[in-house]
Amino acid sequence: MTPNFIIYAPLLAVSLLFFSWSCYKRFALIAVGQPENRFEQLDQRIMGVLTYALGQKRVMARSFGLNHAVIFWAFLVLLLANGEFLISGLFPALNLALLPGPIHHLLQFAFDAVSLLALAGVVLAAGRRLFFAPDYMETSYTSAKSAEAFLILGSIALLMLAYFGLHGAMIAMGKESATYMPVSGLASTLLAAVPAENLQALVSFFWWLHALVLLLFINYLPHSKHMHILTAIPNCFFKSLEKPNTQPREEFVKGGRFGAGSVDQLAWKDLLDGFSCTECGRCQSVCPAAITGKPLNPRQVVHDIKINLLKGSLEQDSYVPGQPLIGTGEGSVSEDAIWSCTTCGACMAACPVLIEQMPKVVKMRRHLVQMKSQFPEELLNLFENMEGRSNPWGIAPTDRTKWYATMDVKPFDADTTEYLLYVGCAGSFDSRQKHVTVALAHILDAAGISWGILGKEELCCGDSLRRLGNEFVFDKLAKQNVALFNEKRITKVITQCPHCFTTLKNDYRQYGLELEVIHHSELIDSLLTSGKLKLNHQVKELGKIAFHDSCYLGRHNDVYDPPRNVIAAATGSAPQEFERNHENSFCCGAGGGRMWMEEQLGSRINLNRIEEALAGKPDTLCVSCPYCLTMFADGIKDLQADQIQVKDIAEVVAEGLRPVNQ
Amino acid sequence: MLIVVCIKQVPDTTQVQIDPVTNTLVREGIPFIANPYDTHALEEALRLKDQFGMRVVAVSMGPPNAEATLRKALAVGADEAILLSDRVFGGADTLATSNVLSAAIKKLNEQEEVGLVLCGKQTIDGDTAQVGPGIATRNGYSQLTLVDRVDQVDLAGKKIRVRRKLEGRHEIVEAPMPAMLTVVRELNRPRYPTVPLRLESEDREVKVWNNEALKLDVNSIGLKGSPTWVSRIFSPEREKGEIVGDGLHDPKGTSRLLIEKLLSKDLLPV
Repeated sequence: MTPNFIIYAPLLAVSLLFFSWSCYKRFALIAVGQPENRFEQLDQRIMGVLTYALGQKRVMARSFGLNHAVIFWAFLVLLLANGEFLISGLFPALNLALLPGPIHHLLQFAFDAVSLLALAGVVLAAGRRLFFAPDYMETSYTSAKSAEAFLILGSIALLMLAYFGLHGAMIAMGKESATYMPVSGLASTLLAAVPAENLQALVSFFWWLHALVLLLFINYLPHSKHMHILTAIPNCFFKSLEKPNTQPREEFVKGGRFGAGSVDQLAWKDLLDGFSCTECGRCQSVCPAAITGKPLNPRQVVHDIKINLLKGSLEQDSYVPGQPLIGTGEGSVSEDAIWSCTTCGACMAACPVLIEQMPKVVKMRRHLVQMKSQFPEELLNLFENMEGRSNPWGIAPTDRTKWYATMDVKPFDADTTEYLLYVGCAGSFDSRQKHVTVALAHILDAAGISWGILGKEELCCGDSLRRLGNEFVFDKLAKQNVALFNEKRITKVITQCPHCFTTLKNDYRQYGLELEVIHHSELIDSLLTSGKLKLNHQVKELGKIAFHDSCYLGRHNDVYDPPRNVIAAATGSAPQEFERNHENSFCCGAGGGRMWMEEQLGSRINLNRIEEALAGKPDTLCVSCPYCLTMFADGIKDLQADQIQVKDIAEVVAEGLRPVNQ
Repeated sequence: MLIVVCIKQVPDTTQVQIDPVTNTLVREGIPFIANPYDTHALEEALRLKDQFGMRVVAVSMGPPNAEATLRKALAVGADEAILLSDRVFGGADTLATSNVLSAAIKKLNEQEEVGLVLCGKQTIDGDTAQVGPGIATRNGYSQLTLVDRVDQVDLAGKKIRVRRKLEGRHEIVEAPMPAMLTVVRELNRPRYPTVPLRLESEDREVKVWNNEALKLDVNSIGLKGSPTWVSRIFSPEREKGEIVGDGLHDPKGTSRLLIEKLLSKDLLPV
């Protein structure tokens, strides 16, 4: 090889220095974020890297993802090749030929083969961007046909071509053998027409082309979305080990700042997320708010946080933000966007590099509610009702027992009852959901379960407060609940609401309360399987049943099979699936406190889901969540699709408990 | 200049039930809240403070636990909170209550000029709407009841112009200050306290004034000073309603019938 040491050495040194400086500037900005321990449970973290980064699990969840995986794996192999290239440019004697023959030959073959795969990969990627790009690649700040994307793809292609050119010419000169480099061998035959005396010039040309593109590419990385090459693997390592909606508690001390009103009030991992985003748009493609035309786009939130961070100035140890985090324009997240989130977690489930979009929104809500008292006006009543009467509607707590007017229901007593049925606010007060509570109570009795309730003493779990950013009041409520549960010696809890379920099960763990919390679909599943619950007849009267995964049961808690098993056992056939099901399920529109707000922007989320259901022509929509029940009942009325009824899973089962002759 | 806001701690009446045997309110376990109308009075005072820089003093007469309600007033931005609490104040009707509140406001006026006194239009437990006017009369203030809009405050000219919400009409009234206003809910939307203010309010002082501070004749306050007393509380029997038309078979005709009926009884605004 023919590098000119005098030119190459300083060029390499300057490139590496500039690259290091760029990286340092970026990482110094990330360090501006708030501390958060993301180092515990190393085994799970390493598994995360193996599964999501090296294994490309989420990347390949979509059909074209394989193409990225091929380019990525080729990149890993070629890291070695390019390392050798840069070093042997300085010291020609230091090269892989020093390795034992078979290993060297294997590497030669590997480099040759994966270079071809990488070349094919970037050509396909460019073709996709040009001719069959999915809609979700487009957004306000970038597009499928962005110059940046083609610059990156073009650079990679050029690197591969230079590689083949260099080795082809070397083979043509007889300095290398084509035996282990079939693709370069092919290239050498293309160079057969080149006069021998010009081959050395070609070698030099391709060598310098490869070197220059490589060094420019390296230095372009930290300033582009391609930064993810450096940050995606750490990002997977530092993933959240909590459930997506269980976000860190805040400590309420005087002089504290609560939530994130400026970019440096976000955690460092939130900032790392910004540099890990590849702008693939998958979160955007699954976000119920984005799909229904609301101003929220999870990828834009991550982008704006990154832009905001970059606009600030960092001198010594003090960081001064360049613009408000919450506001208008690029680099700020609008209040409308912040309040549009249903905290359904679809964005987080879609992100190939495990970016946490939704928690950032909640952190900004915490700031707006707690520091500014700025929120949609509908929430004022909600917050006051929650604090004053411990339920969203502000109904008298004494009414919590009205649902069982005609039944014999016992209060929970640790000495005589096994389970607490945590009825929940909807189950206690919502006229439609009260039917579900009654159905569930009948099921529990039919199965001989020992259960009781808290009655007038029951408090709201505080789910909506927490998702809406009113952490202060949630904190008070959680402490009251934890004290109540401890005092009553409650250990096993049945809930009929995925929001109560997740709050009691995951959020209260942060308060030291470890409960065995069972969603009614799980309990009914186990009762049917064990034979403790026997139906009087197979449920046929509800016709074809489609099952909808609630976000807080499915995506947030991985409960997918129990409700399906229940429907299959009760009706004799598996439920019909929505097109978007399991972890791809689509929100009803009521999570994240959206239940209590008007939906004034864009089209309605519940209608989007009902329209999807209508495609399968079901007779019954089966849900497992009071919010979904309300949203779907409303959506069906709006679309005048009265041929469909909405039932909770407990009601489907209770149908089978009716005597046969009725 | 001071704005004094009178706040009463009341039982959360949505949770109050009447004991069918004794005909008294079942108060056990019922949470106390700030009288909702009073929170609108406080909000208006805070808005005037934001605009003109007056100081807002929240005053409440009640048992020691009424301190919680005053602390909430501090949490939304009141500058000072004074609890008028003494056993001799207990058992007061509206007259005795106005005597105590009027005296406290006079005492405040000795330290700093009181420009406005704001009260809710009535409390949700007693519903008499007499205490605000009682204060105005005793202290010789202009009396502006049922205010749903404050149009103008002229501090130099000591004048205030408000809109009063009356049945079926509004009235715009200008009056000299000091003035006592009672307010309705339409006046404003009370603010929600920020967490830093809430945390700070936990340590702030709620002053307690007893009768040694006010030096009122014990015959004019508390039970002794109350010429009225409650003889019986009961839920009135509800008169039987009527079923209008046949909504099941003729929804349109029935709606029309219902609207005509309501119009004839003057129950719908036209």
